[in-house]
Amino acid sequence: MTTRTTILSLPVEEYVHPGNRACTGCGLGIAYRIGLKALGPDTIVIVPPSCLTVLQGLFPVATTKLPSLNTTFACTAAAATGVLEALKAQGKDHVNVVAWAGDGGTADIGIQSLSGASERGDDFLFMCYDNEGYMNTGVQRSGTTPQGAITSNTPFKGKLQQKKDVAAIMTAHGIDYVATASAAYPLDLHDKVKKAISLKGVKYIHIHTPCPPGWGFDARYTVRVGELAVKTGYWDLYEVEKGVFRLTGASAKTLKAGTRKPVEEYLKSQVRFRVMSPEQAADVQARVDAKWSTYSGGAG
Amino acid sequence: MHVIETGNTAAALAVKLAGAQVVAAYPITPQTPLTEKLSEYIEAGEMDARYVPVESEHSALGVCIAASSAGARAFTATSANGLLYMHEQVHWAAGARLPLVMCVANRAVGAPWNIWNDHQDSISQRDTGWIQMYCCDHQQIIDDTLKAFRVAEATSIPVMVCYDGYLLSHTYMPFAIPDEDQVAEFLPPFRPSYALDPGSPANLNTVTLPEVRLDVNGELAHGYMEIRYLLQEDLRNAVQVVEETDAAYQAIFGRGGAPLVEPYRCDDAEYVVVGMGSITYQLRDVIETLRAEGHRIGVLGVRLYRPFPDAAVAAAVRGARGVFVMEKALSYGYEGALCSDLKSALYDHLGELGTAPSVKGLVAGIGGREIRTADLADALRSGLAGSVPDPNWIGIQL
Repeated sequence: MTTRTTILSLPVEEYVHPGNRACTGCGLGIAYRIGLKALGPDTIVIVPPSCLTVLQGLFPVATTKLPSLNTTFACTAAAATGVLEALKAQGKDHVNVVAWAGDGGTADIGIQSLSGASERGDDFLFMCYDNEGYMNTGVQRSGTTPQGAITSNTPFKGKLQQKKDVAAIMTAHGIDYVATASAAYPLDLHDKVKKAISLKGVKYIHIHTPCPPGWGFDARYTVRVGELAVKTGYWDLYEVEKGVFRLTGASAKTLKAGTRKPVEEYLKSQVRFRVMSPEQAADVQARVDAKWSTYSGGAG
Repeated sequence: MHVIETGNTAAALAVKLAGAQVVAAYPITPQTPLTEKLSEYIEAGEMDARYVPVESEHSALGVCIAASSAGARAFTATSANGLLYMHEQVHWAAGARLPLVMCVANRAVGAPWNIWNDHQDSISQRDTGWIQMYCCDHQQIIDDTLKAFRVAEATSIPVMVCYDGYLLSHTYMPFAIPDEDQVAEFLPPFRPSYALDPGSPANLNTVTLPEVRLDVNGELAHGYMEIRYLLQEDLRNAVQVVEETDAAYQAIFGRGGAPLVEPYRCDDAEYVVVGMGSITYQLRDVIETLRAEGHRIGVLGVRLYRPFPDAAVAAAVRGARGVFVMEKALSYGYEGALCSDLKSALYDHLGELGTAPSVKGLVAGIGGREIRTADLADALRSGLAGSVPDPNWIGIQL
């Protein structure tokens, strides 16, 4: 990546109509808008059931100015492959194919087809916007819901299990590009999408996407909550390009400056973590510290 | 050109001749030799198509649905539990009005595991909105698969070409391979009414409300119910498209003429045995024996099962005193689905028929149970004498 996106170089063209059906303060609204700017007009979008299906609008109204294919829940990556192969069969090789799924559609019901496509090396970008639960259906627990979070079906104790690390699973597939991002850092996301579409095979970007109604914070704090996740080291911005790991943006800065905040600040910003005991919070802090101790060595 | 080859090869040759552009499949017995053949054709450069070795049947149809939405002629094939695993996508393909073609090498479904032939897999997809054709021999497999592409593209409804696992998929029979130039005349390249295209963006399969709604130009757009009604209407009208397509095929290739039902010695028949697939040809032998014994009996093969050709079925058994429906599948808890459909057709056409024949259902060959010609004859003799065997599962040993 030779140039970094700035607020001045961010494309002016919009591909998402304003006034869509996303909730107030939706993190996906930010990520989707910025992601499509990076993808540009020559793009076909694949969408499984998720909050994005709602954001997309109700027939015959459409939010996205790009051609979009709504698919069944489990086959997002297979649908991306199908579009891609049809374009190739017709000699059209200039179109970006992007799958845009939620965490359930990626980490849970969608992981089989995503793994299959990754192993085959099909040439598309898979975006996972991770709002850490089945928010569209009323905040049920998913594989990426973090430990300790209250959801509709972890109502009193919070989720007992840890969050599934999908970016690590995707890295293990040996694909050329895996990145994490955050809706609170749109320019970093824009850089990563641009880089991803310049590479071949399946590219995977996992976006931490704060959700005001699902996580329990005021809609005006979406960016602040997203930033806290990164500044506390709870969620890290990185990319793994052809096997080489590199922290990016705010995470790289935090490492360099040694300014990582206590995780408690992040946990306290949301109602969903309200039942976590001090011991559980200390355990989360210990795991974040352990993870960051591995960064100090090789990250740059 | 005539060859002696398997039913799966007949299907593969048809897919190659049809110029399918995207093939996605997951292996399951007894469909596998078909997809192996297609892999060979594509890798050898004999067929210009993309082969996607997917990780599941759900994805196989998912790839085809997306490829068709993006303007390619797409094909898949499966059997048994593979078809059941696809079920959500089977509905989706019809609802999205995509002209896909899928071959089903019919096989029993689990549990318990069984890899042999019956029709439970595709009969269980009866209500998905697909067109279903059932083949009786290898010539019909290659011809029907070619016709299926034209019917699918003319109606924007996907077509399932069903043929008996092993009995047809793995046996060798002589058949004619259609000439390539004539196929080009019969089946021009796929021209979708819309394909995903950044130059002309559209949002396909969006959430659609129960009620109709105005679009941005102030014009009324369909609700879900209108969209589904049109599928039903177009599916009912597809009976005629199947007939027209068969006539066009016959004009070019000289074969066909009975695309809905295939009657054999039904004209003077007091009794008619109705079935689908290879068993109907076996039944031709049986009724020759029974005719030699003095019974006036015929066989009716149902070739198009969905849309159900009710008028053709009713007309074919007109004048008969009794009908025996011989099936390799059940609507568990009642009877064979074909038996119910046939009774329904007789009721609907009672005005033309004057009087309806008695209808008795028989079940045979479940999970590949050997269907002995002598057993079929015995069951029918018993039926002709006034009562079919009880239980009506031929060859059952409890």
